[in-house]
Amino acid sequence: MSSFSSCQSVREARRVAIFGGTHGNELSGVTLVHLWMKNGTEIQRRGVETRPFITNPRAVEKCSRYVDTDLNRAFTPENLSAPADGQLPYEVLRAQEINRMFGPKGSPDAYDVIFDLHNTTSNMGCTLILESSKDHFNLQMINYIQKALAPASCLVLLNEHPLLKYSTARSVAKHPVGLEVGPQPQGVLRSNIFESMREILKHALDFIELFNEGVEFPPCSVPVFRVSERVDYPRDANGNIMAMVHPNLQDCDWEPLNPGDPMFQTFDGKTIRYQGSGTIYPTFINEAAYYEKQQAFVATRRETLSANAVRKA
Amino acid sequence: MEHVFFPPLSRVAVCGGTHGNELTGVYMVREMQKQTMDKDGPVSVTAVLANPPAVDACRRYIDTDLNRCFTDALLSAPLTDSSPYELRRAHELNAQFGPKGSKEAVDLLCDLHNTTANMGLSLILYSLDWITLHICKYLQSKISSPVRVIQLNIPISEVYSLEAVGKHGLAIEIGPQPHGVVRADIYNMMKKAVDLTLEWLQKFNTGSIFEGGEVEAFTFAKSIDYPRDPTTGEITAAIHPQLQDNDFKLLQPGDPVFMSFSRETVKYEGEPLYPFFVNECAYYEKKIAFHLAQRKNLSIPTISVKRD
Repeated sequence: MSSFSSCQSVREARRVAIFGGTHGNELSGVTLVHLWMKNGTEIQRRGVETRPFITNPRAVEKCSRYVDTDLNRAFTPENLSAPADGQLPYEVLRAQEINRMFGPKGSPDAYDVIFDLHNTTSNMGCTLILESSKDHFNLQMINYIQKALAPASCLVLLNEHPLLKYSTARSVAKHPVGLEVGPQPQGVLRSNIFESMREILKHALDFIELFNEGVEFPPCSVPVFRVSERVDYPRDANGNIMAMVHPNLQDCDWEPLNPGDPMFQTFDGKTIRYQGSGTIYPTFINEAAYYEKQQAFVATRRETLSANAVRKA
Repeated sequence: MEHVFFPPLSRVAVCGGTHGNELTGVYMVREMQKQTMDKDGPVSVTAVLANPPAVDACRRYIDTDLNRCFTDALLSAPLTDSSPYELRRAHELNAQFGPKGSKEAVDLLCDLHNTTANMGLSLILYSLDWITLHICKYLQSKISSPVRVIQLNIPISEVYSLEAVGKHGLAIEIGPQPHGVVRADIYNMMKKAVDLTLEWLQKFNTGSIFEGGEVEAFTFAKSIDYPRDPTTGEITAAIHPQLQDNDFKLLQPGDPVFMSFSRETVKYEGEPLYPFFVNECAYYEKKIAFHLAQRKNLSIPTISVKRD
């Protein structure tokens, strides 16, 4: 018999936000939030105030990822406390405003849950992104979503890496959850991707409603992929990429990459192999927005997290 | 069968980055510029990035779509201080590879493009040009996956795209690839298509006879826009899952084409036609959800080079 784990009391999740357009060209979230701002019936649940919100309206207007700087990297302590003047980039001012509306980050007044809706050009399917391995409320919600979607899969990416973790828009909330669905080109709306994201949110909100009604969720295990390192493209002295993701790796998100496996193909046809010491599980393979962030893919390792039982306090 | 003779095709331009975020052509051109071109051979090939600032910004264009700037009217209108960047660039490219319609123009201009639509390898031409149709036939014979020929029947003076500058022009369009991404499989396919085109030119110039016959082509009929909100103009539906990724599969009346955000299906009404450019990112702003084409067999004569 495993060691006794107590039931964790968690404050009820009364205030929930759904963010779309954090990247203005990731259209599933933009479309869903616009839809729900017009008619929010679908996202209403007993005992929950659910607020759909477009985080980067100027980027949405231009159908570009951002205007001055990536909003989903902008919620750093330095940015949030910087004096607001005309010199700050648009997204930093926007981050401060969002922090006022849905935070302040780290305070008891912050929103309980924020779902941030994203798309990727990578073949990641439905992915939920966590920032903490110790948020038992989030782990239980994810477990609930996965069981509800089965046999369709929804995998979990955990980015708790001290150096690779970044300051997301959703980090303003007590329980931040990223939804990443792909593959979808930027600026394109695919019906299947849109409906998948919609389905994930439906189950997430169902969980919150049940939780707020006092349902206790028993201990469970949640398999995750933990971010371990970022791997860039081979580049020349001028910073231009010299190779592409190899056809054997392209579209193989979440599959094992073993030492010796093909990783990149140069433009003149040579294969570059993975030379690491152990098996990794790449994801975010060939994401359009990551060329400028020096990232061909993210290496992850498989882990199983244990979630305590949770119940409303 | 009729046998037509053409003068040698000695000057070729290969252009990439006409849309700065269609990356296969960008990297192909950069790679071609690195290899020393064989200037002694019968064919001289110049590889050029058509829209360098758009490539640097990884955007389709800076001010206006470069690939709509090459009509006779736009090329002959004088430039002013307020002319958009791409119009100036079109005049430069016309001077370098044209002038369009003149005997100084390059013999063949090949323009490399990507699309987010599932079109595989498609070759786009504007008129019944026996040279480019023979190149298409050659590629079809050498490549095992489908190679589609799309013919837009527009008089040459009104053709707006870059390849019209050459005496003979061809656009190589490969998808699906997201803009801003370079996929190795798409790159390898583009390289094969360009290599085979240059191989055909080499054979043509050295006297090979290319037998005539029939080439199946898709000829543009019309475009369909997304359903939109009459007040805001925003789209109210996405391409239906049964049409998505099914470029070149016959669309019949009653087939689903759109799925609205309230999950209603919109069905196709009209004559049976072949969809292409289904869900191309750049066409949302041009109010095109997909194009429709008829399928035809085009007859082409036997051709070979005219020996002086």
